[in-house]
Amino acid sequence: MSANSLVLSGLTRRFGNDGSAAVSDLSLEVKAGELLALIGASGSGKTTTLRMIAGYEIPDEGRVVLRDASGAERDVTREPPQRRGFGMVFQHYALFPHLRVVENVAFGLEARGVGKTERESRARATLDSVGLAHAADRTVQALSGGEQQRVALARALVIEPPVLLLDEPLSNLDPTLREHTREELRSMLHRLGVTAVFVTHDQEDAFAVADRVAILKQGRLQQVGTPQELYRTPASLDVARFVGRGVMLPADVRGDRVSVTIGDVTQQAPLAGNHAEGSVLAVLRPESLALRASDGPGWKGRITARRFAGGHEVYRVALDHSAESIEVTSEQELVEHAGVHVVLRDQPVAVVPAG
Amino acid sequence: MRRGTTALSLALLAVLLWSVVYPNVSVIVGTFSHGLADWRAFAESPADREALWSTLVISVGSVIASLAIGVPLAFLLTRMEFRGRRVLSAVATLPAALPPLVGVLAFLFLYGESGVITRGVQYALGMEHAPWTLTGLWAIIFVHAYTMYVYVFLFVSAGLERYDSSLDEAAAGLGAGRALRLRRITLPLLTPSLVGASLLVFMSALGSFSAPYIFGGGQRVLATQILNSKLNGEMGLAYVETAVLAITAVIALLVLRAIERRREYAMAGKGRISRVAIANPVWRRVAPALAALLVIVLILPHLMVVLVSFARDGAWTTQVLPPEYTLDNFRRLATDPALWTPIKNSVLMAVIATAANVVICFFAAYVIVLTKAPGRKLMQLLVVLPWAIPATAIALGLAATFDRNDPATARVLLVGTFWILPLAYFVRNIPLVANAVEGSLRQMDPTLEDAARGLGANWWMTLRKVVLPAARPGLVAGTMLAAVAAVGEFVASVVLFTHNNRPISMEILSQLRDLSFGTAAAYSVLLIVLVLLITLGAKLAEGSVVDAERSAR
Repeated sequence: MSANSLVLSGLTRRFGNDGSAAVSDLSLEVKAGELLALIGASGSGKTTTLRMIAGYEIPDEGRVVLRDASGAERDVTREPPQRRGFGMVFQHYALFPHLRVVENVAFGLEARGVGKTERESRARATLDSVGLAHAADRTVQALSGGEQQRVALARALVIEPPVLLLDEPLSNLDPTLREHTREELRSMLHRLGVTAVFVTHDQEDAFAVADRVAILKQGRLQQVGTPQELYRTPASLDVARFVGRGVMLPADVRGDRVSVTIGDVTQQAPLAGNHAEGSVLAVLRPESLALRASDGPGWKGRITARRFAGGHEVYRVALDHSAESIEVTSEQELVEHAGVHVVLRDQPVAVVPAG
Repeated sequence: MRRGTTALSLALLAVLLWSVVYPNVSVIVGTFSHGLADWRAFAESPADREALWSTLVISVGSVIASLAIGVPLAFLLTRMEFRGRRVLSAVATLPAALPPLVGVLAFLFLYGESGVITRGVQYALGMEHAPWTLTGLWAIIFVHAYTMYVYVFLFVSAGLERYDSSLDEAAAGLGAGRALRLRRITLPLLTPSLVGASLLVFMSALGSFSAPYIFGGGQRVLATQILNSKLNGEMGLAYVETAVLAITAVIALLVLRAIERRREYAMAGKGRISRVAIANPVWRRVAPALAALLVIVLILPHLMVVLVSFARDGAWTTQVLPPEYTLDNFRRLATDPALWTPIKNSVLMAVIATAANVVICFFAAYVIVLTKAPGRKLMQLLVVLPWAIPATAIALGLAATFDRNDPATARVLLVGTFWILPLAYFVRNIPLVANAVEGSLRQMDPTLEDAARGLGANWWMTLRKVVLPAARPGLVAGTMLAAVAAVGEFVASVVLFTHNNRPISMEILSQLRDLSFGTAAAYSVLLIVLVLLITLGAKLAEGSVVDAERSAR
């Protein structure tokens, strides 16, 4: 599959009479062969963005551009969906209920004028690649949810789209199937080398499948990066809250150190990434903290809840001198209500601008 | 209690077998009253062969014309946004509100040889003769298309409301252009709506009587042949013609149902359709003008009937518009007892027939939906049967059965009496009311009835306090439809009426024959007003249902 990269620049879409923007000034590049997840709460503009890429919505401002391996660009902003030919997997799959599975998959080839025998054999080959060769002649209704999802994927892939779009592809699957499908989806898309954008509200889905993740909030792009980057060096309070667990506490940056003071106890840790000196919020993840059973340095607190997370425990600790309660990972066996000290490990701590 | 519902079920079955099945059996038996002679006469009569053929041509032609108008209009009004859309939506179903004979009358006034439009074109172009005559197959299909496209429009609009628009988007994303999407995705998925509407149009056209009767010219159709044979006293031949008509209807029903059954799909997902503005700048400019034109075409028949109702009888000859206007037509309807009688008759007979429909159909729907009484499957079949049988055939069946007193064969003499018409209206409207009530009862949670019984309510109290309220929306709607159909009924009436129970429709016809256009139109206006009053009454009753539900909450 010839890999194209997708460039979005300054995309804006306004809805309604008041002209409030569902998406504003969104710029983003999806590299050739990359899997990018668009993630955000409902109403964040992620689906509108996907629909603008696919051509179902025309942006009020901005451009959607395809760039091929030689660097040649094609502006598709005003092209209707059928001319772009991006494969799309819909949230409810949108399989044609009156067509057999193989006819569903062959539909895009039919639209391209491919002859009957050839499109059948190519459809069957694609079904085989998603492990559904045996279901080719069934009706769509006879398939399970997971199978329907794979048919939808095969139908989008068979046309060898320059970009593949997936709208919440995993949201209709039950939890066990979902985990399995994440891995399968990632390896399949990588194997095919297809450039793909997928929308989800589920951070775990995004992190498990995507190479890079773009976080949207109220129509604005907050941050784009690998899952590790987003987790370790979130750019804003919103991103830090949205990605992973943790508590944000007032802190100071001095040089490459972060110091956090609660009550009269100050603890320090190395700064993750770069940040100007001054008042910030430190992002304290459960694994950047440790518990000490009794006296010694650290913030005093009391365990209010515990949950076993397989291999280790996660404790929720109410601190004596802070309104925040804090989550800490530990391999120790401690009982609820026990008094403990919370210690900052000597590991890089991310900070975000205060307020 | 089981014994009670069994008794109820058997009593209802007896009524339905007697009023719905027996007359049809009488017709079938009647076709053999001279051995096979009548069948042979039918097969050898060129007139009858021509009638059968033109009946089929008219029915298929009406279906095609109705689809050609109704489908694009439904797409336009559900998918597109343009100036004038709301007004067009509001009047799009108006033709269905015209009683059958009144629509025909309006077309005569507008497009007939001396109609307003015809004369207007003739004089504008300085022609010596009318540019067209409104007779023959095309005229009949034209009139049918106007009144019957509404079924297609309503069915397809409903289908499009349920349609999952992401299927269209998926097809577009896969590279399918508009034409391919329409051909491969949208139309196949709308098949149930298209088939349902086609069936309704086909049935209505097959049994249609008024258009062929008035505009047929020399054109014979089965429905008019039946009346001719009956008036000529050739009852055997009339029975054969009736049987052929009914068999054609049943075959059409079975064929179309078979197509439909292969095409039933549940649609998942969010079927949201957003109306989009017309993209093409030329069409965007033209659309409001076309909409305005269509609105005028749709309301013109109504306006025309109203206008002519004020025209002095006999004054309108070769002018484009009636030259003299007066209130005399209405004054005479109110003061001349001979002219008042048909109005009284129609209202009285509609009330009697509809009351019977309400009682019988409510209990039938109750037995079908909420009980396990024996015979409920048969009952379900019997309540839809009159729908598949053209009205002329129903009427002839009644004429064949209730023409003498013979207690041994469960016959009573009704032909020639007042009661034959209310019975005919009752039989014709059974499916309307029964379907509506069934629909409402199916939405009721069946455990409600058990809950009421468990709380100590007896059968009667449960029926009154639980079942009846649940059935009420359907009962109101069904009653309205039945009353509207009965008050303007023409097709069965023309076969069965006597001087004493002549309804409004027959009086319109005889005024028309006397060329008293003004009086005929005044009756038509009165009929339209009655239809409006019934509709308004139903709206009020519906409103009180909603209010009662709201205050209960």
